[in-house]
Amino acid sequence: MSGPSKYKPKSAFGKWMHERLPVMELVQGQIMDFPTPRNLNYWWTFGGILAIMLVAQLITGIVLAMHYTAHVDMAFDSVEHIMRDVNYGWLLRYLHANGASMFFIAVYVHMFRGMYYGSYKAPREVLWMIGVLIYLVMMATAFMGYVLPWGQMSFWGAKVITNLFSAIPFVGESVTTWLWGGYSVDNPTLNRFFSLHYLLPFVLAGLVGLHIWALHVPGNGNPTGVNVRGSQDTVPFHPYYTMKDGFAIVVFFILFAAFTFFAPNYLGHAINYLPANPLVTPAHIVPEWYYLPFYAILRAIPDKLLGVIAMFGSILILFVLPWLDTSRVRSGTYRPIFKQFFWVFVLVCIGLGYLGSKPAEGGYVFWARILTAYYFIHFLVILPLLGLLESPKPLPPSISDSVLAKKKAVGAG
Amino acid sequence: MSTAVHADVNRRDFLFIATGAVATVGAALTAWPFISQMNPDASVLALATIEVDLAPIAEGQEITLKWRGNPVFVRHRTAKEIEQAKAVKLEELVDPVARSANVKDGDPATDANRVVGGKENYLVMMGVCTHLGCVPFGNQGDYGVVEGHAKLGGWFCPCHGSHYDTAGRIRKGPAPENLFVPKYEYLSDTKILIG
Ligand code: HEM
Ligand code: FES
Repeated sequence: MSGPSKYKPKSAFGKWMHERLPVMELVQGQIMDFPTPRNLNYWWTFGGILAIMLVAQLITGIVLAMHYTAHVDMAFDSVEHIMRDVNYGWLLRYLHANGASMFFIAVYVHMFRGMYYGSYKAPREVLWMIGVLIYLVMMATAFMGYVLPWGQMSFWGAKVITNLFSAIPFVGESVTTWLWGGYSVDNPTLNRFFSLHYLLPFVLAGLVGLHIWALHVPGNGNPTGVNVRGSQDTVPFHPYYTMKDGFAIVVFFILFAAFTFFAPNYLGHAINYLPANPLVTPAHIVPEWYYLPFYAILRAIPDKLLGVIAMFGSILILFVLPWLDTSRVRSGTYRPIFKQFFWVFVLVCIGLGYLGSKPAEGGYVFWARILTAYYFIHFLVILPLLGLLESPKPLPPSISDSVLAKKKAVGAG
Repeated sequence: MSTAVHADVNRRDFLFIATGAVATVGAALTAWPFISQMNPDASVLALATIEVDLAPIAEGQEITLKWRGNPVFVRHRTAKEIEQAKAVKLEELVDPVARSANVKDGDPATDANRVVGGKENYLVMMGVCTHLGCVPFGNQGDYGVVEGHAKLGGWFCPCHGSHYDTAGRIRKGPAPENLFVPKYEYLSDTKILIG
C-alpha cells in the first residue's frame, strides 16, 4: 500500500538527517500521506482513541508512582496521601482509575467494530491476533493496578484471580505459591505486581507498534469490506483522518472528564476504601466492570477446573476467530443474517456482564449458563455455518462507487 | 550451497547442533535464578509455627488466627456438631479424602481423620476456601446444625457459594476439596503448635 516514498527533505538539516536516520520519511509515508480509505466511519476512530488513552495512562501512572509506596503497611495510606496531600493528587488518581475504564470502553468498541466489519479476515489475521494479545496484556495490567491501592477489593480480587492458577492439575499449587512469593497474597505479591504494572504498559506500547505495522501492510479495512482499488478510493491520513480522529478524541474526552469530575467513584467499589484484611472476605466480591462477562462464565460452571478453562477459553477463542468465520464477505453490512446474530452476541456479552455483577445463586446462575453456552455456540457453530448457508447481498464494485451511490441517494432524497 | 565442500557439511552440522545445545542449556541455567527468586524467600519460610492456647475457647465458639498470611479456624465444636459430622457416610462426600497433614495422603475423610489425637471437640483448619481462596463464614450454609432459627457449625463461602459441613468438608458448590487441616500437634491437653 505504502509504495515508494515521495519524501523529499526540504531543509538542509532535513537532508542531513535523512541521510543518517530517515525518521521523517517514516512519518511522512506512514502517518501524513498514508493512503486511507475515504469511507471510514466513526467506528474507525477508536484506534486513535486507544493510542491516546495508553499515553494518558502512562503519564498519569508515572506521576502517581512518584508518590505511591508498594508495601502492605503503607500502600493504602500512600494512596490516601495522594488523594489528600499531594498537589492535584486527587485529579491524577481519578484520571488514572477512570482512564482504565475509558481504555476498556474504547477497546470493546474497537473489538466489536472488528467483529461486525470482519476486520479479522484475510489478509489481517495477524493484525487481529496482535490485537487480542494487546487486550490480554491490558487486562493483566489493569488487574495488577487495581491491587496496588491495597483495599479490601484489591486484596480479595488478587486472591481469587491468582487462585485461578491453582486449578491447573498437579502443579497448580506450586504455581500459585510462586506467583505470590509466599503462602498467600502478601507483601512480595504487592511488590512484584507494582513492578509488572509499571512494565506492562511499555510492553503494550511495543505491541501497539507491531499492531500498526501489521495494519500498514494491507492498509485499513473499510465499512464496505471491499478492497481499495486505486487512489480514487483513498485520501491521505493527514489532514482527513487526523481531523476526524481528533474530533472523536475530544468527544471521548468529554465523557472521560464527566466521569473523572462528576462521578469519579461510580465505576469503582466503595469497599476498596477499606484497607485490605486477609482474615475477612467481603460478603460480595466482584471484579471491575470490564471483567464481569468472564467472571460470569467462570461462575456459571460448577466445576473449578472446567470453570477456569471456560473463562480463559472464552478469550482465547478470539485468536482463532479468523478461521471460525467461513464467510468470504467481510462486512456485516452485506450479511443480512449475520448482522442479526452479531447484535444478539453483543446483547449476550452485556447480559453476561450484568450476571457477573450479581451474586452466584438461583436464577442468575441459570441464566449465566444459558448465555455462556450461547457465547461459545456463536463462535463454534453459528459463525462457521452462517458463512456456508447465508446468501450475502451484492457488494458495491468499489469504495468510490459506494460513496458516490450514497451521495446520489442523499441528493435525490 | 552447491559450491560448499560436502565433506565439511557434516562436521559443520555437528558443531552447529552442539553449540546450539550448549547455548540452550546455558540459557536455561541462567534463567533459573530469575524464576526461582519469585518463590517464597527465607524470611517468609521462617514464619513457620504458632502456638495456640485452646482453653479460653468456649464450646460453640470459633477463633480465627493468622498463620503464614492465611486465616486458620480453631473451633470448639458442640456435641451435636460432632455427632452430625460422624453420621455422614463417606459416599455422600464430594471429596472423600481427609486433606489433613496429620494423616497419610489419601486417608478417608472421616471425622476422626479431620482432628488430631482423637480430640474431636477441637477442629483446626485453614480458613481458605479450596475454590479460589476466600474466607468462608462460620455458622452458615446448608450443612450446619439447625437449632430453631440458629445455625451452629458449618461454613459458607460467599464468593461463589461453597457449603462446608461441621467437619469442614465440602458438600455443595464449586470448591473441589475439603478445607485443609494444617500440620499441628498437642503440646498439652489444651495447647497446640501449628506448623
Ligand atoms: C495500560 C495502562 C494502564 C492501566 C490500564 C492501568 C490501570 C490501573 C488501575 C485500574 C489502577 C487502580 C486505580 C485505583 O482504583 O486506585 C492503577 C493504579 C496505579 N497505577 Fe496504573 N495503569 C496503567 C499504566 C500505569 C503506568 C505506566 C504506571 C507507571 C508506573 C502506573 C502506575 C500506577 C500506580 C502507582 C497506581 C496506584 C495508585 C492508585 O491506586 O491510584 N499505571 N492502574
Ligand atoms: S472462593 Fe469460595 S466459593 Fe469460590
